Amino acid sequence: MTHSPFTPGVAAARLEPEAYAENFTDLHPALDDHEALVAADRCYFCHDAPCITACPTDIDIPLFIRQIATGTPDAAAKTILTQNIMGGMCARVCPTETLCEEACVRELAEGKPVLIGQLQRYATDHLQEQGVHPFTRAAVTGKSVAVVGAGPAGLSCAHRLAMLGHEVTVFDARPKPGGLNEYGIAAYKTPDGFAQAEVDWLLQIGGITMQHETALGADLSLHQLKADYDAVFLGMGLGGVNALAVDGGDKAGVLDAVEFIADLRQASDVASLPVGRDVVVIGGGMTAVDAAVQAKLLGALNVTLAYRRGRDRMNASRFEQDLAASKGVRIMTHVVPKAVHGNGSVREIEFEYVNADMTGTGETVRLPADQVLRAIGQTLEGDGMPTLERGKIAVTGAGRTSVDGGWAGGDCAMGGDDLTVTAVAEGRDAAMDMHDVLMG
Amino acid sequence: MASLQSDFLGIKSPNPFWLASAPPTDKEYNVRRAFEAGWGGVVWKTLGEAGPPVVNVNGPRYGAIYGADRRLLGLNNIELITDRPLEVNLQEIKAVKRDYPDRAMIVSLMVPCEEDPWARILPLVEETGADGVELNFGCPHGMSERGMGSAVGQVPEYIEMVTRWVKKHTRMPVIVKLTPNITDVRKPAAAAHAGGADAVSLINTINSITSVDLDLFSPEPTIDGKGAHGGYCGPAVKPIALNMVAEIARDPELRGMPISGIGGVTTWKDAAEFLALGAGNVQVCTAAMTYGFKIVQEMISGLSEYLDEKQIGLDDLVGRAVPNVTDWNQLNLNYVTKARIDQDLCISCGRCYAACEDTSHQAISMSEDRRFEVIDAECVACNLCVNVCPVEQCITMEELPLGVTDERTGKPVEEYANWTTHPNNPSATAAE
Repeated sequence: MTHSPFTPGVAAARLEPEAYAENFTDLHPALDDHEALVAADRCYFCHDAPCITACPTDIDIPLFIRQIATGTPDAAAKTILTQNIMGGMCARVCPTETLCEEACVRELAEGKPVLIGQLQRYATDHLQEQGVHPFTRAAVTGKSVAVVGAGPAGLSCAHRLAMLGHEVTVFDARPKPGGLNEYGIAAYKTPDGFAQAEVDWLLQIGGITMQHETALGADLSLHQLKADYDAVFLGMGLGGVNALAVDGGDKAGVLDAVEFIADLRQASDVASLPVGRDVVVIGGGMTAVDAAVQAKLLGALNVTLAYRRGRDRMNASRFEQDLAASKGVRIMTHVVPKAVHGNGSVREIEFEYVNADMTGTGETVRLPADQVLRAIGQTLEGDGMPTLERGKIAVTGAGRTSVDGGWAGGDCAMGGDDLTVTAVAEGRDAAMDMHDVLMG
Repeated sequence: MASLQSDFLGIKSPNPFWLASAPPTDKEYNVRRAFEAGWGGVVWKTLGEAGPPVVNVNGPRYGAIYGADRRLLGLNNIELITDRPLEVNLQEIKAVKRDYPDRAMIVSLMVPCEEDPWARILPLVEETGADGVELNFGCPHGMSERGMGSAVGQVPEYIEMVTRWVKKHTRMPVIVKLTPNITDVRKPAAAAHAGGADAVSLINTINSITSVDLDLFSPEPTIDGKGAHGGYCGPAVKPIALNMVAEIARDPELRGMPISGIGGVTTWKDAAEFLALGAGNVQVCTAAMTYGFKIVQEMISGLSEYLDEKQIGLDDLVGRAVPNVTDWNQLNLNYVTKARIDQDLCISCGRCYAACEDTSHQAISMSEDRRFEVIDAECVACNLCVNVCPVEQCITMEELPLGVTDERTGKPVEEYANWTTHPNNPSATAAE
């Protein structure tokens, strides 16, 4: 350790080496066999269970939990993966507290839901750790589909199409597959290379060709893809990041939170990552929390998450907010950035307090800041897109775009929350629809 | 705090909770600990003849079935009577009784079905200062293959004969322990009565195979790839035991014969139920084997509190439910209830709906927002919804008052009438 949390400015190695390992380990350690059985025993096997309704991918949760309870975790995994091929990742990153576990009747009964997310992970890990891929391809159809984006939407779509017998080529701008699973989610939610392991496992279905560092716009056009393939699925997510449109918003040290997380995820040694002594994250979503918590875990002394509305309006779930608070992140609400101060590099950020209706109060506050991380929304990039709606690709039904033969899903498309699980559902449903159209 | 002082056949104990003849009462060390924990008495694990002791298997002796969270609901065993020398047991019984004169000390016995062995062993037991003997005519495994245990208990003539011998050779009170592995428990009970028994105790364990090892294809517990039936006990057998106790308690010939209730007693409530059905006291084994001797403290506080609440004494409780145990044909067919769901307690799991819709009378409706309501016009009041609901008191049965129309039948609720006078009964006796 050459530095400490007190070291002024931006510095790497603020903590002892062991501290990094501890900070970035699994947020929720995997359940062992005993814990899984105890947790599974709490499920009531509800009729038309509310947890299923709450799951964007409609996993038959009571059934898979019963399969765990009766000693058949691999059957449980198949129940999960049939609906959600990225059930392993979703078990780790889903905000279950606002989805299945919020709907669990035992949340209502006792304030303690069945640990659905952790049980899902128990089952999917059990199967995937054996390297078993439980699905096989149907007879080859001779149809080919281009999938743009190797994130949850694209891979889910590709897997389903391949399973149905189509030939799929997946294009992705990044050097590795996984999309936000690989680049955009806090390290402590998916440690030990799980994102890549899951993709490798998923690709065992066969019939999927991966083409990396090939971006729509730069290397590909929708027009050309339509000419070369029988159908196209767009699932490239949101590549652009909203700028901080205030005085000094372009100063050095004002960073994009998505890239901050991506750098962290790709770092071979997180201790080498520089982080400010005082870090301010602007935003109220999952990305903001992931960035703020990780800045703290990297050794920043003071991390503030600044959001323009109240905590109840934050996109990050209550659990995520509490997690941030427990890690020492200060959550500041009802503030909007007014200016970034500093001679070249950021030294301070100035906020104005705002009322619930977003009118300014005239009261301002300045926070010391060596780094400002922007997590104020992402935008769709690229030309020649299908018709857009509020900045995203407009879709009808199961992801049909304005372009004939073109489907879209995930964060780049309208509809649903910007969640991994929603993206998986949209990719899957689009694949089923494409199949119907392709097979006439 | 109501007194739990118990007098069973003149045998006094500070409470009616005795440990049954079983592994917990096999030796001095355990019994002293049991008495320190507060047990009112013990039935010492069954003694056999002098000479080489019996041998047990050296693999697993127990098998189990579980409820949620691996809560033990039923236990089965293939252990035999004590495998320690007779003299050692007798010395220990004497020592313990001397140190705990206020506790009941009963000695369970099982010797061959001839008069001499009984005549030989009884004076030895008497010499220990024990308060009474219990004749083990119930053990369903191992010893029964040698003509003892349930092999005797299944033949009323043998029960009567042996009981008579025992009464002849001892002045101690004699309790005959009955096996449930018969068709009508009143027959062996009557035989014990005829032989002069002072009381019966029941039930002993039930013939059982708890599970099958699906890799070895062998019953559990598995001994070198084979399994033999064992004796089943624990919470799961309580309903069977309660019925058998009640059958004896309400039998006109046997009414008044003291009963020691055994079978799945786990809490004070279980004990109170046995007492209400006519047992003078209860014997416990599996609950102690599952949780240790300390559970007796909950039994003592619970039963005492209940008696206080009811403002009755222990003796008033004994047999209090017996007059209400009747035959089906005496049940009031004009008693009408309807299920009621307390919406404030409902957690919307929908189990009542699934059970009623799939397997019963389609008498519960489910709305878009998961509100579950009873359809009175379909509800036959079967109680299944109550039974499957995970929340206590969420679904209850409400009685329809006399004269109110039952929406299912369209008829008003009438006065008491049972099957014996029902028009559909071909052998009905005219009401008038």
